[in-house]
Amino acid sequence: MTPPQGPAHGPSNGELPSRRDAPARDAPDPDAPPQRERRSPENPERLYILTGEDSERAPLDLVTLIVAQGEASPMAQPEHSAVLRLCGTPLSVAELSAYLALPFSVVTVVLTELLATGLVQARAPIVRSALPDRSLLEAVMHGLQKL
Amino acid sequence: MDFRNSKNTDTITGPRSEDVLPHTASAAVKVVIVGGFGVGKTTMVGSVSEIRPLTTEETMTEAGIGVDDNYGSETKTATTVAMDFGRISISDELVLYLFGTPGQERFWFLWNGLFEGALGAVVLIDTRRLEVSFDVIGRLEERGVPFVIAVNDFPDAPHHPVETLRRALDLGPGVPIMACDARLRESSRDVLMTLMRYLHSLTVAAARV
Ligand SMILES: Nc1nc2c(ncn2[C@@H]2O[C@H](COP(=O)(O)OP(=O)(O)OP(=O)(O)O)[C@@H](O)[C@H]2O)c(=O)[nH]1
Ligand SMILES: [Mg+2]
Repeated sequence: MTPPQGPAHGPSNGELPSRRDAPARDAPDPDAPPQRERRSPENPERLYILTGEDSERAPLDLVTLIVAQGEASPMAQPEHSAVLRLCGTPLSVAELSAYLALPFSVVTVVLTELLATGLVQARAPIVRSALPDRSLLEAVMHGLQKL
Repeated sequence: MDFRNSKNTDTITGPRSEDVLPHTASAAVKVVIVGGFGVGKTTMVGSVSEIRPLTTEETMTEAGIGVDDNYGSETKTATTVAMDFGRISISDELVLYLFGTPGQERFWFLWNGLFEGALGAVVLIDTRRLEVSFDVIGRLEERGVPFVIAVNDFPDAPHHPVETLRRALDLGPGVPIMACDARLRESSRDVLMTLMRYLHSLTVAAARV
């Protein structure tokens, strides 16, 4: 099922058509893969997070690690106690969301409250920067090798 | 969404004891696995993850068309979008999270938080439906997120030489394209390795400039 390489198909030299030279549609080759066209940039994003628009929420990533710093008081709200119980050891916000079966945005509201009272600590992720850290990548490769 | 009414929080179970991270875990990094429906995203996350893959959800509203000039009658539908993810402990301090996320345009709002900060992405491709990946690739390019292409080996999928795929996908010469079987841990691990090596080569190239 490899696309034919001979001169019988496609433009001139037997190459498959590409976006950069001849348009693919003029010389359809039944075995050729479809050709990607560059997208137009103005596609609207139509979905909105239900609990959106609150500038006061703590900047939490899906992979920010949360660690409890204390115990819940007996009067604590149940979701606060649940988070503190789960975060005796570090746990990502994504894992909290999964175990609590709550949307990510709701978990960040709960965590913002807990962070304000110092009951949890947030360990920020390492994010990609313009020039990623080479030693970080080497550490990841080393870790993957052990898998 | 209504936490208090819908759940008894005492029954929530956290990670199994073998899935607990050490206290020393101090930072996480993330990689995104993106592709069309049924291309193998969940399979790949599951095959390399040290924990049983978990799901995080977000509830969205989808605004009706023409809401701007039509305040009172706008219709909004709640949509739940789920993302599978898995985890690989790299060291006592560092944790890698893998997110499998749908490539369809209507889910792109998810990427705002997800892709910003991701080290890179794996674009999973099924050659029976190559065009599903086109918009995803364009999006990654626009956002400057480095990615590799992993071609999932479905038995009845057409096989194209790498350079044919590169041309069809309109990719530069440096972007790695590799075959994989997402069901196999070693194969999925190799894809992640290829991504890391590629990222590494980008930093080396940038350092030379
Ligand atoms: N032959 C083959 N089958 C695969 C491979 N990867 C996944 N599959 C199968 O393809 C089917 C879909 O895989 P999923 O991992 O659920 O795909 P997905 O991208 O998560 O799908 P959605 O979340 O529904 O979009 C499953 O039956 C897998 O067993 C592969 O590398 N080779
Ligand atoms: Mg899936």
